[in-house]
Order: sequence, then C-alpha cells, then structure tokens
Amino acid sequence: MSQARLVWRKSLNAVMLTLTGVAAFGVVSILFLILGYLIWNGGRSLNLDFFIQLPKPVGETGGGMANAILGSLKLLFLAALMGLPVGLLAGVYLAEFGGKVFTFVIRYTTDLLNGVPSIVIGIFAYTLLVLPVKHFSTLAGGLALAVMVVPITVRSTEEFLRAIPGSLREGAMALGASQWRTIASVVLPAASGGIVTGMLLSLARVAGETAPLLFTAFSNRYWSPGWTQPIASLPVMIYTYAIAPYDDWHRQAWAAGLILLGLVLLANMGCRLVLSRKGMTRSV
Amino acid sequence: MSTTSTTLEHAAPPGAGPRAFVQRLRQGDEVAHVITLVFAAAILLITSLLVYELWIQSHLSRAKFGWAFFWTSIWDPNADDFGALPFIYGTLVTSIVSLIIAVPLGLAAAIFLAELAPRKLSDGVAFLIDLLAAVPSVIYGLLGIFIVVPLMRTVIGPVLKSVLGVLPTFQGPNYGVGFLTAGIVLAIMVVPFIISVSREVLLTVPRDQREAALAMGATRWEATWQVVVPWARTGIMGSIFLALARALGETMAVTMVIGNNPKVSASLFAPGYTIAAVIANEFTEATGDLYLSALIELGLVLFLMTFILNGLARLLIVATERGGGHPA
Amino acid sequence: MKKAALSILLLLCLAVIVGAQNLAINAAGATFPYPIYSKWFDVYHSQHSNIQINYQSIGSGGGIRQLTAGTVDFGASDMPMNDDQMKEFQSKNGCGVLHFPTVIGAVVPTYNVPKVSADLKFTQKAISGIYLGTITKWNDPEIVKANPGVALPKDDIVVVHRSDGSGTTFIWTDFLSKASGDWKSKVGSGTSINWPVGLGGKGNEGVSGLLKQTPDSIGYVELIYALQNNIPFGLVQNADGKFVKATLDGVTAAASRAAKSMPDDFRVSITNEAGATSYPISSFTWLLIPDKFKDTGKRDAIKVFLKWMLSDGQQYNEALSYAKLPKGVADKELKAISKIQ
Repeated sequence: MSQARLVWRKSLNAVMLTLTGVAAFGVVSILFLILGYLIWNGGRSLNLDFFIQLPKPVGETGGGMANAILGSLKLLFLAALMGLPVGLLAGVYLAEFGGKVFTFVIRYTTDLLNGVPSIVIGIFAYTLLVLPVKHFSTLAGGLALAVMVVPITVRSTEEFLRAIPGSLREGAMALGASQWRTIASVVLPAASGGIVTGMLLSLARVAGETAPLLFTAFSNRYWSPGWTQPIASLPVMIYTYAIAPYDDWHRQAWAAGLILLGLVLLANMGCRLVLSRKGMTRSV
Repeated sequence: MSTTSTTLEHAAPPGAGPRAFVQRLRQGDEVAHVITLVFAAAILLITSLLVYELWIQSHLSRAKFGWAFFWTSIWDPNADDFGALPFIYGTLVTSIVSLIIAVPLGLAAAIFLAELAPRKLSDGVAFLIDLLAAVPSVIYGLLGIFIVVPLMRTVIGPVLKSVLGVLPTFQGPNYGVGFLTAGIVLAIMVVPFIISVSREVLLTVPRDQREAALAMGATRWEATWQVVVPWARTGIMGSIFLALARALGETMAVTMVIGNNPKVSASLFAPGYTIAAVIANEFTEATGDLYLSALIELGLVLFLMTFILNGLARLLIVATERGGGHPA
Repeated sequence: MKKAALSILLLLCLAVIVGAQNLAINAAGATFPYPIYSKWFDVYHSQHSNIQINYQSIGSGGGIRQLTAGTVDFGASDMPMNDDQMKEFQSKNGCGVLHFPTVIGAVVPTYNVPKVSADLKFTQKAISGIYLGTITKWNDPEIVKANPGVALPKDDIVVVHRSDGSGTTFIWTDFLSKASGDWKSKVGSGTSINWPVGLGGKGNEGVSGLLKQTPDSIGYVELIYALQNNIPFGLVQNADGKFVKATLDGVTAAASRAAKSMPDDFRVSITNEAGATSYPISSFTWLLIPDKFKDTGKRDAIKVFLKWMLSDGQQYNEALSYAKLPKGVADKELKAISKIQ
C-alpha cells in the first residue's frame, strides 16, 4: 500500500472519529442548554405567588398557576388510577400466563398503542368521554393520559417479571405454592423495584403531555371542583401563555416550564439511577 | 378438612383431601389467569375501540370526499370543502427534514458511544441522552418560539439563502416560522431515539467481526463504517423508522413554530401545516359536523401512517437483535 | 413516600369538598373581548364568591361549536350566528339561542415595520390589496401615496391572519367585502376563510405574538391587544373617505345608527358605516345564551350576571378600550333577559 494512501486513511480515521465525538457531546450539550435556558428565564420568574395564586385577568401582571399545578396532579392521579392497574395486570399476564399466539397479539397491540400520536388519543377520549356527556372534564383528560400510561407500564412490568430467574419461581412451587401465590408473594415483590420505577417513568412521561388535554380537560381559570369540570394543567398553560403576546405571560410560561421540566427530569433521573444500580437496563 | 383459604400456612397435611385442595389451588390460579387475561384483553379492546371511533366519526367526510381527500389541497371551512394534501405534505416534509438533520448526527453519536467511548462514559452519556428524550414537547415548543425562530430569521435563514439561494427550497421570504424551523425542532426531539436504539443495536454486533476487520489492517473508522455498521444495518433502519413515526405525530412543538398556513410550498422557509397541528388548532372550533369529521379523518390518516411505520420499525429492530445481521 | 401519597390524597379530597360548594359555569368563545370578559368574570367572582364563570378564549368559531355541542353553558362570538347555525343549534338542543351584545370594539391594522415609527394611513384599496396578495411590498404606490413624507422600506410585507375560527376575522373580512368587490367575490367573509396569503396565529393573542416577533409584518387584532402590547396600529379610510384612527368616539359613532334601530334579535353589522368620524372596522360582540336551561341554578346565575353586565359591568369597558353599549341597546337587552327560561 502506498504511503500517501495510508496517510489519507489515517487522517480520515482521525477526522471521522473526532466528528462522532463532537456529535455525541453536541447532543448532550443541547440538554444542558435547554436546562440552562429554562433555569435562567424561569428561575427569575419563580416566586411564591406562582404557587399559590390563581391567574389574573388578561393583561394584568402577576397572578400564578396554583390551579394548574393542582390540576396536573389531579390528572396524573386519574391516569395512575385508571392506567396503572391495567398495565400491571396485563404485564403479569404476558410474563406469567400467556399462551404463544395471544401473547404475541397483545404485545404487538401494546406497541401499536404506544406509537399512536397523543393527539389521536385525545380525539379518542373526546369521542368517548366528552361527546356523549357534552362536557369537558377532568375525567376525560385523565382517561386520555391513562390510555398513554398503559403501554409503557405493560412493557416495563413484563420486562422486569421476565428478568426474575425461573429458579425463584420453582423454589416457591416446590414448597407447595400455587402459581398465583408464587407470583403474588415471590415474583412480584422481587421485581417490585423495577415495576414501580417503570410506573413512575410512565407517569413522568404523561405529565408533560399537552395535545390530548386540549379538548378533553380543556382549561380553567379557577379551581376545578370535583372531577367533571374542565381543569387547568401545567402543559396547557405553558402553551396558552407562550403563544400570547403578553410579556408577563411569557415570564410565567418559563417558570411553569422550569417546574414541569424539573419534575420530569428528577423523576427520570431518580428512576433510571435506581434501575442501573439494580443492574437492569430499560429499553426505549 | 378444615381450611377455607388457600394460604400456604394452612396447607392441608398430605392425605387430608388432596384432590379438593389441589382443585382450590387450581381455581385460584384460574381466577388469577382470568383476571390478568381480562386486563390484557382490555388493551385489545381499547385499541380496537380507538380505530372504530376514528373510522365511525370520520364517515361524513369519507362519504363526501372519498379518495380525493388525499390529493385535494383546498382547506375551506366556509365552503365546507376539505382536502388533506397540505397537511400530509407538511407532515412528511417536516419529518424528512428532521431526519436529514437527525440521522447523521444521531448515528455519529451512537457510533461514538458504542465503539469508541469507554463503557462508563458511554453509559453516562447514554443516560443523559435518555433524559433528553424525556423532555416534554411543549417545552421544545417554548424554546422553539423564543430561540429557534429568531435564530432562523436572523442567522440561519440569511446564511442558507446566501449559500444555497439558487435552490427553490431556499427561496422566498423568511419569516422565522416555517417548515425548516419545525424540522430543526423535530430533529432535536427525535435524535435521542436514534442514538439510544442505534447504540444498543451496535453493541450487539459480535466482537469477532470488529476484530477480524482490525486484524486485516483496517483503521478503527474503517472497521466501524465498513463492517460493524452494515452488520447492524437493519436495526439502525428500525431506529430511523421509530424516529420518523415519532416525528410524524409530534404536535405541540410543531404547531408553535410552523406558521399555521395550509398551503403546499416548495420553499422550506414558507409557513406550512401538519396533520397534528391542524387538529390541535381547529378541533375545538370546528363548526359543523363535516368540519369535525374531516379533522377526525385526518387523525385516522395520521394513525395509519404511524401504525405502518411503527410496525416496520419493530420488525427491523427485532430482526437485528435476534442476530440476523448481514455482513457487507 | 407513604406520607406524601397520603397528603396528596387529602389535598385532592379537600379540593373536591371545597369545590363542591361552588356553582361552576363554563363558557367559551371569542378572543376579541377576552380582556374585558376576564375582567368582568373576575370582578363578579369577587362579589359572588360561590359563582365561578370559567371562560376560555378559543375563538368565535369555537364558541359557536362548543355551545351547539352543549359542552359549554354559554358562548361568545363576534360574528352573530347565521340562520343555518341557529337551525343546527335548534335541532341539536331543542331550543333557540339569544344574542346579547356586550361591548363595542374595534379591529385595527397593526404592523411591525422596524424603520417606521409614524402612524400609517391605509386606504381601503391598500388593505384589501395586501390581504389579497396583490400588494406585496411596503413601498407599494397605494401605501406610499396615502403616507406622504414617510420613508417606507422596499421589504416584503409579511401578512398575518388568524389560524382559528375567529369572529375578529369575520369583522375584518366583513369590512374587506364591503371595501373591495374583488375580495367579496374571491374570498368572502366568515370566521374561517381560505386566506390567499399569510401566516396564521391562534387567537388575537397569537396574532399579536407573531406581530411582535416578525419584522415587516401586518396583522389585524382587537384594539386592546395592540394597546396592551404597544404594537403600532394605523388609520383606516372609512366610507366617507376620511382616515380615522380607532378610538372610543369613532367606534361609538359607528354604532349610532344601530343604536337607533337595533333589530330584536340584536344581530347587526356596523362595519364601514357612514359618518365622517365613524371608525370603519367596528363591531358589537355577543354572548350567545340558550333560551332554555335545564339547570335552574345556572340559568338564574347567568340572568343575574347579564343584568350586572349591562349596568355595573359597563363601567369597566372604557378602561380596556371597549366602548359602552348605547343606553337604548342596553335597555332593550335588559327586557330581553326575561326570554331566558
């Protein structure tokens, strides 16, 4: 091989490898840029009022997003209540009981549901829970979020249950336990760390969803009584305030964005750290 | 026979009615089996109900426009005349632009993480990139409006115009919002998916492939690019399809930066519209059942697009992970 | 972990209990009067703490739709419902809908031309040409001749309009249809139209937001949005040929004819009215109230609110640059409240 060709290959090697490194760190730095920008803009706007006051009339400065914070909590509560049990039990079925064909069908359908754009899920919740009762409601918003929680929870539950070695199951059965007893008293507790973190991650994921709430939970300038009234939520408020012209609203949108992102990132970091310490990896 | 429960502690001594005991155990199992089966089937129910509702609620629009819906570009609520072309166009263009930016970037980063970086660094960076994937869409929209749009208007647009202004894709007035801006924001949103799936797929390539190439005198880069990456080719394709499916359905970030104009334009600087964005903007205001039905039909179209892409993506990724890579 | 969950649960229960005492009324519609409505509902809530009226500004089109679908208790629109929409409402809800004018406002042509600080004058031809896409540059002769002495740049005009179903759009296009035969035949008027050119913003808020951030842009918003956000707006040539800037007097002058001869259903257009001082892009805006309510609590609360709105409420109008209703109109409305059953 000629010397020139070797030099060319070596320099190409150096250049391309450096570029890949640049790409990787470039992507990571975007994360820090986002965080930094939000902290810079949102941090200045965070004050006590933000957490305890209701929005003020249009054009007046001040006020806060107390109702939106509570609203997001209520919606997440409903999403957890309706979605997590379905996800958990379906995951148990797939991991412990399922026959070959049915398992494949359910798993495929779950992946399908996972890939449905959130706005289409919003349409679905609208046709189910808003049209028939002629009412925007917290329930409808909670349902939309619950439908999104299910596939993520199913996948992580199944994964962590499968990761429990068969020897544990066999040991329990050797002691005379029935299959369901084994699952309930032995397998589930063993996998509980992973399963719970999977659940938390799914909730963190839907906490930031805006599109499905736009025409289910709608929005509210006040506290939302009960579960059948429209309700404000952090993501929808961020959206509404961001596209408006009022500088004060922009300020509040940054603050809300910081809170939302902070909570989502904290949940994700916490969960993933716990999982990696247990030696489990999570697929996307 | 004393017990009525099936707890372990009260297990009947052997010989004391074993058949009844076993029956009860089995019934417990049956019950658990049925309960979990019902919940698993609930997923089937939800999904079928979703498709059903989309189909039924769009029937007014399907009946009136038929297949012409797909290639009509009028969107005139006043005249009750609706066509999906501008939205399909916008959805595809923004997604393709985002892939053009995200795929090289993501693949390069994945190669670095899988091949070059020491394991600890790779895991740490992958962790951070997973965090990037968790950032909510509306936050990207927020940053899109206040950072990317002004940047596009003041820096990126003029630079592109001066360098590539001859191309029809970079002509016309530059407002800051438009297809290109939406594509850039989408690219940042989908790049974490490409990186994390490609990285995992690259890590499954058997060591001996790499080592064989290196043993024959290839440089690190050559071994990677000409041997490892082609081996993982199908899995990487899968990650691209996943990213594409994600980009197609993205709503909030896009609707905040695309300009909301239902027109098919050649220029990337022009404002446009995507399926998800028009549904988000106009759903609560669709006056008239045909209008609402047209929007739901758009939702059905979007669902079908993502369904097909996701299905293909999963197939490709599974095929690679099962060791079905092909040498170059 | 358990304690946190418990306290969240308690908080939620509290929210339910506390909230249950309130009468919650939901409304949605026009963004045009959103500033004054949000002020009214806020003041009203502070005076009647058990009634909360949750108004979402999603555009007049949205207000009409949600009202017809029954998902809100009353709606708001800058465009009176046409006969077809009223028929649809009747068939879906088994009762009619009443229009109650609330304030009179103005739609102004706002612009963001960086090198120009003067108030620009727009002829009727200029505005219709810009929005038709036939006038594309700021230094077009039609604009220049109305603004002697102003140095207009040769930049492209960025046209901004509404992307959602908007009563403000209706008022604007109603004016354009009267100002230009071309516009009337090619585009027409309505809440959602097929725009020849331009970017779309969501709500008056979205258009104002786009204007602030896009140089060389022109858009149309309700007067208060231009004032609150310090966006310059121009003078418009009225039917008498005079250039008028939107003021409370100009708007009141435009409404004077309607004040004398208001139809019983209160549906009337006051764009392009005659009169030297009339501002040509003025309009009433209406609350759309069903004439039968199943929930008597809500019905009575709404009736009391309407009475308040027509008397005490009007004193808040002018501070937010909306004109008060002419006394004759307000009196007529007070009588019409009894039609709500």
